[in-house]
Amino acid sequence: MSSRTSTVAHQFDDAEQQRNASTLGIWVFLVTEIMMFGGLFTAYVLYRSSYPEAFAAASHHLNATLGAANTIVLLSSSLSMALAVRASQVGSRWGTVAGLVVTIVLGCIFLGVKGYEYASKFEENLVPGPFFDLPGAEPQSELFFSLYFAMTGLHAVHMVIGVGVLATLVVMALRRRFDADYHNPVEIGGLYWHFVDIVWIYLFPLLYLLGRH
Amino acid sequence: MASHVTSRLVLFVIFFVLVGLTALTVWVAYQDLGSWNAPVAVAIATLKAMLVIVIFMEMRFGQPLTWFAGASGVLFLLLLIGMTMADAMSRGWLGVPGK
Amino acid sequence: MDRAEKAVDYLNADYGVRSWLLTRDHKRIAILYLLSITVMFMLGSVFAVLIRLELLTPAGDVVQADTYNKLFTMHGIVMIFFFLVPSIPAVLGNFLLPLMIGARDLAFPRLNLLSWYVYMVGAAFTLWAVITGGVDTGWTFYTPYSTTASHTNVLATAVGIFITGFSSILTGVNFIVTIHTMRAPGMTWFRLPLFVWAHYATSLIMILGTPVIAITILMLGLERAFGIGIFDPALGGDPILFQHLFWFYSHPAVYIMILPSMGVVSEIITCFARRRIFGYSFIAASSLAIAVFGFLVWGHHMFTSTQSVYAAMVFSVLSFAVAVPSAVKVFNWTATLYRGSITFEAPMLFALGFIGLFTIGGLTGLFLAALGLDVHVHDTYFVVAHFHYIMVGGALMGYLGAIHFWWPKMTGRMYPEAPARISAALVFVGFNLTFFPQFILGYLGMPRRYHAYPEEFQVLNVMSTTGASILGVGYLVPLCYLIWSLWRGRVAEANPWGAAGLEWRTNSPPPTENFAATPIVEEEAYAYPLKEPEVV
Ligand SMILES: [Cu+2]
Repeated sequence: MSSRTSTVAHQFDDAEQQRNASTLGIWVFLVTEIMMFGGLFTAYVLYRSSYPEAFAAASHHLNATLGAANTIVLLSSSLSMALAVRASQVGSRWGTVAGLVVTIVLGCIFLGVKGYEYASKFEENLVPGPFFDLPGAEPQSELFFSLYFAMTGLHAVHMVIGVGVLATLVVMALRRRFDADYHNPVEIGGLYWHFVDIVWIYLFPLLYLLGRH
Repeated sequence: MASHVTSRLVLFVIFFVLVGLTALTVWVAYQDLGSWNAPVAVAIATLKAMLVIVIFMEMRFGQPLTWFAGASGVLFLLLLIGMTMADAMSRGWLGVPGK
Repeated sequence: MDRAEKAVDYLNADYGVRSWLLTRDHKRIAILYLLSITVMFMLGSVFAVLIRLELLTPAGDVVQADTYNKLFTMHGIVMIFFFLVPSIPAVLGNFLLPLMIGARDLAFPRLNLLSWYVYMVGAAFTLWAVITGGVDTGWTFYTPYSTTASHTNVLATAVGIFITGFSSILTGVNFIVTIHTMRAPGMTWFRLPLFVWAHYATSLIMILGTPVIAITILMLGLERAFGIGIFDPALGGDPILFQHLFWFYSHPAVYIMILPSMGVVSEIITCFARRRIFGYSFIAASSLAIAVFGFLVWGHHMFTSTQSVYAAMVFSVLSFAVAVPSAVKVFNWTATLYRGSITFEAPMLFALGFIGLFTIGGLTGLFLAALGLDVHVHDTYFVVAHFHYIMVGGALMGYLGAIHFWWPKMTGRMYPEAPARISAALVFVGFNLTFFPQFILGYLGMPRRYHAYPEEFQVLNVMSTTGASILGVGYLVPLCYLIWSLWRGRVAEANPWGAAGLEWRTNSPPPTENFAATPIVEEEAYAYPLKEPEVV
């Protein structure tokens, strides 16, 4: 009932059971995330193998430098997240808060860069739909940009949710809700964040780098 | 119960390895490997993903059940892609339009 | 022994709307689900009534073709996504899983409540779509019809289904974690009731399949709303890809509907035959096998599309293979009945009805899995009859059996036996009269999804509509006497059926914490015949 006396929820017998349940819970949830992105990856594999030239040509209109830079930003955020989890495990409150804040800032930088890329696609008329205009390209290039926006868009939505989760964790950490014995939520949030990072690890080469040679 | 703690050194080393692999995947993309560019890119990405899973997500301390859960997700994703592609790639074989 | 004078149970532990809408008790959430899916079932039934009325005569006279398209679409969407998929898992699974494994609640009670709210928001979107003109694509939403041709409320319906998917996902995650981590001491995997095994398998499908339909519906919505062309043939997109993604979920979704019913039937058969279930581990394993193999057969819905013949052959063979674990269950149930001391209470009647109807539905599925025959009966009433035998004859019979079997546990009152047996008989007769003629109609070539048909099909269609009327009465009667029993039903003791299983070892209805003390399990599941009944 009250979290003041105990951090173990009433349905659990002890802290270990609670910990096992939440760890398994987030991993099962991540499986559902794999399958959700999986639908888009299936579409990608099918169309990429059907129209390799059109996709390679369209991919040249993405900014590989920004994509690579954003990859580094996201990897850095995974590092700071791992450091935050580590700090929470050793019971360092300020270490946890610092790691989480750095992660949030890096996440926002990533989203900012992404927003800039989206904006330039709008200016270049590369957004699929009635205004799509890529002179001299095959019609399938619009398919590429549909997938580009769907995949990176879904990823960005996950980033926004992640930033919200981490912000909640910062508030909880400041309210002294965590210590060396109880820091489950930080670990759970970390696992989610790393998963979102992994999705990008695949998106970057598949979308930005194919057919560069 | 003190859980397993990863040292800062390991975390930083892994981070730099990940950055290095990112550089590698960019470099490789500009080399002409024929039909091997895509598999190599996916292989490097998978290596990076495994590093994140094993070190950052602490799966080297993970229980078999957790590994099993994650692996089943990947397995069913491959199933979805594989069987869809099996259809797409065998469509022309019969020589009958639309089959 | 009688119940204590003022036993505190989950129903009277707290009062007021707030105590229900903010509850985290899995039993109360189950009741919330029960009320909502009953409303959705009645809505879906209204569409069914209108469909059957239209088909009473060959001419399209009751409704126009456009309206008819909307009727069968919304009948399918409401019944599948908002009734059948959540029916047994979200109501009885929610109520019983923690009781059956000796836990105080599911692992994540707040997620459980969230899943109900998510369901309600999804349902609200769909209802809004219905009220503002409906949708006419068929519940399958095939592209490019749903993306460019249809001028109805595809988007609102798609959003509704997308949202509801997350309720299913949350339930699946919750069940899997609960079964893995919350079992009482001594409750080993092979002592779990088969109902729990069935729900474990169901949850696997929910978490592996539902996200795919969610993203597919999302792609469809994006294509429709913003004209980005993922399935648009004009841009090189492949409408068959939509069918692949759709059926990757929607074939296994049939097992989301039928597996929980199979779990229910395993419980009821063994209880009213007073025998330990035959082949426990085979039934348990076959649930998992159905869940896994169910993901390998989706192409059998696409034999007449441009899917390659070679892929179709593989899908066909695998579809035949998935019949094996289903048959394993049926044979084990009949073996359990052999030499049992059988009594025919209403739940048993529903369970026996399930076995018969599911067998017919399953065997006709093999007709459809055969490449050559499928070309003949594809998109005819044969298909309609087949899947109604599975979903209504199977899943819905199981649901009604379960509601009767556990009604005393859920409400603390017995339902009246005589009308319940009558309604079981009405449902069985009405169902067969409705749907068996449709096998013949389909075989003779009557296509599905048309509001008018040639004169020679009228006799069979009149039979079908007559059966539907009987079926409707069979559903209304339980609604009346179950509500009546809440006030006038005989007070139920803890274990009115003399059944094995932890849920019968606590009060009816159970207290909020389920058990006075965490039970310790020392015997195998279904240890019939029971020793002296214990009273806690
Ligand atoms: Cu199927």
